[in-house]
Amino acid sequence: MTTRIDNRFSALRQQGRAGLVTFVTAGDPDEKTSLAILQALPGAGADLIELGMPFSDPMADGPTIQASSQRALKHGQTLAKTLAMVRSFRANDDATPIVLMGYFNPIYVYGVARFLADAKAAGVDGLIVVDLPPEEDDEFCGPALAAGVSFVRLLTPTTDEKRLPVALENTSGFVYYVSITGVTGTATPDFEAVGKAVAAVKAKTPLPVAVGFGVRTAADAAAIARNADAVVVGSAVVGAVEASLDEAERATERTVPAVAALVRELASGVRGARTADAAPGAK
Amino acid sequence: MTIPQTPNSFRTGPDERGHFGLYGGRFVAETLMPLVLALERAYAEAKADPAFKAEMDGHLATYVGRPSPLYFAERLTTHLGGAKIYLKREDLNHTGAHKVNNVLGQIMLARRMGKPRIIAETGAGMHGVATATLCAKFGLDCIVYMGAVDVERQQPNVLRMKALGAEVRPVTSGSATLKDAMNEALRDWVTNVRDTFYCIGTVAGPHPYPMMVRDFQSVIGIEAKAQMQAVEGRLPDSLIACVGGGSNAMGLFHPFLDDASVEIYGVEAAGHGIASGEHAASITGGRPGVLHGNRTYLLMDGDGQIEEAHSISAGLDYPGIGPEHSWLHDIGRVTYLSATDEEALDAFKLCSRLEGIIPALEPAHALAKAVEIAPKKPKDHLMVINLSGRGDKDLDSVARHLGGQF
Repeated sequence: MTTRIDNRFSALRQQGRAGLVTFVTAGDPDEKTSLAILQALPGAGADLIELGMPFSDPMADGPTIQASSQRALKHGQTLAKTLAMVRSFRANDDATPIVLMGYFNPIYVYGVARFLADAKAAGVDGLIVVDLPPEEDDEFCGPALAAGVSFVRLLTPTTDEKRLPVALENTSGFVYYVSITGVTGTATPDFEAVGKAVAAVKAKTPLPVAVGFGVRTAADAAAIARNADAVVVGSAVVGAVEASLDEAERATERTVPAVAALVRELASGVRGARTADAAPGAK
Repeated sequence: MTIPQTPNSFRTGPDERGHFGLYGGRFVAETLMPLVLALERAYAEAKADPAFKAEMDGHLATYVGRPSPLYFAERLTTHLGGAKIYLKREDLNHTGAHKVNNVLGQIMLARRMGKPRIIAETGAGMHGVATATLCAKFGLDCIVYMGAVDVERQQPNVLRMKALGAEVRPVTSGSATLKDAMNEALRDWVTNVRDTFYCIGTVAGPHPYPMMVRDFQSVIGIEAKAQMQAVEGRLPDSLIACVGGGSNAMGLFHPFLDDASVEIYGVEAAGHGIASGEHAASITGGRPGVLHGNRTYLLMDGDGQIEEAHSISAGLDYPGIGPEHSWLHDIGRVTYLSATDEEALDAFKLCSRLEGIIPALEPAHALAKAVEIAPKKPKDHLMVINLSGRGDKDLDSVARHLGGQF
């Protein structure tokens, strides 16, 4: 069975370029605007979408994404509403893969089996659950794979040679290399070290490798896109949402266009990465 | 839900994956997983090394001041008219609470692992003070994360930590209390993976923390057992301790879990009352979920979002509880009760007036339930209350609640 994720990465391979994965938090700043942002992403150049499931205690996230989760929760976002957003998105787009990203507790409380059934029916393609390492695969990874939903694992600079096969074992769709030790959006990666790490991962798995955490600008994205199969940009995109809000943290008419403009810029960086002579982001 | 089968022993947990029945586990980000595994190995090696225990016992005796006395509270006993009440005086430890027992063990482990930078979270500030103290003693860098709300209400402890050379970082994210301090400490750890040791203050977090902290705190129960044997020639009939994360309680309870004749009571903070929704009683008023590296009873809404805990006692103001407590509750070995802010304040006054011992607001919750249970017991019933800390830090907030009138 080929999935939307497989199809998208094979199309990218044919085009000879890396993909752009954009992260936004579901329900940020409110349900309606968030859906409009989601719908605008593919047209602006996002090849895959990561949709954050807001959580009260996002331990792996930096201040920008923490604040976006708080905004979404304040406006009543729930896991059920996040799934409904995906369903609405799928009505007009049956090709762009959507990967939900978040923490385990809301899923556990929703009920693993019920969640997987509802997520699949809504058109979710993959899941990234930050606080579920391979040691806890029985909880959710196993049931997700059995339900035909990809379980995308995070690999990090602390995932050494010995641990890499353990981490890759039940991964599907693609693997997500975390380019820094730290929380989202707080440090700039060492591009050379990331390039080497990506090569080491690719030697062990046929799966595409996406790289994220700390990628902020089109130049950063281009530097990563030379070796990786995809570049993930999260905090910068969420930061564009934040910067467009009014004083009461409500959406304005600038919100959706501001996000789309940033995504267009990032996409041009990613798309030009392997053809450009100069190496704008390399250090 | 099926009732779990009674095991042959209540003291064999956790399993090799860190589970106490359904609870516990290692729910952490991949970045931290190798660190958690390294800690597990280092702790297993230290535990098997007689030199580690010998060094620890030496520091416990000469620096912490152990054994802590088991004190017969005669006037409290007469006043309540039932059980014979003993107080396990953890308030007399250096730094004024049980927290130091665990911190000593973890700091010695950090030294063994060659980690020069120590981070900790703190609620009431007692764990932060203990960590700052031992970092000063051993010359280690110390950074303590503390909710901005707690920084406000526990100023004396903030000043103590600063005097000891620690950096106190107020946490303003989320509800700005203990759970957010723990989030921030985890964010620090995930960033500074090479040189940093995370010294967790309670029997929670990813495996091996709940087991390791329990082991370090078990000195409380081991001593109490021997002391009671020495004075009364037998086991106590009941144990009572307050439970936030639950480290003082687990330390007292664990050595007695297989002594079937011993009734064991954990007391959660009921804040303004369980029915008010404003409390910190995870077992009494919560349900199982996953937070901070383990599955356990949590306070949360229908969507799995963690709710703020409420208690007059900053040390009990946490929306979760150690996973072993969750298991002991499900399996029925320990009875979990709760005491309100008002009940704790009354017990605070009672103990101060009758015994000349000002208890911290945390163990005042345990005293409050002893006030209810002791009168119903016969005079030969031996009860041990864990007096886990002293109340100096709480005088300001107690005075405020009582309108300046003690």
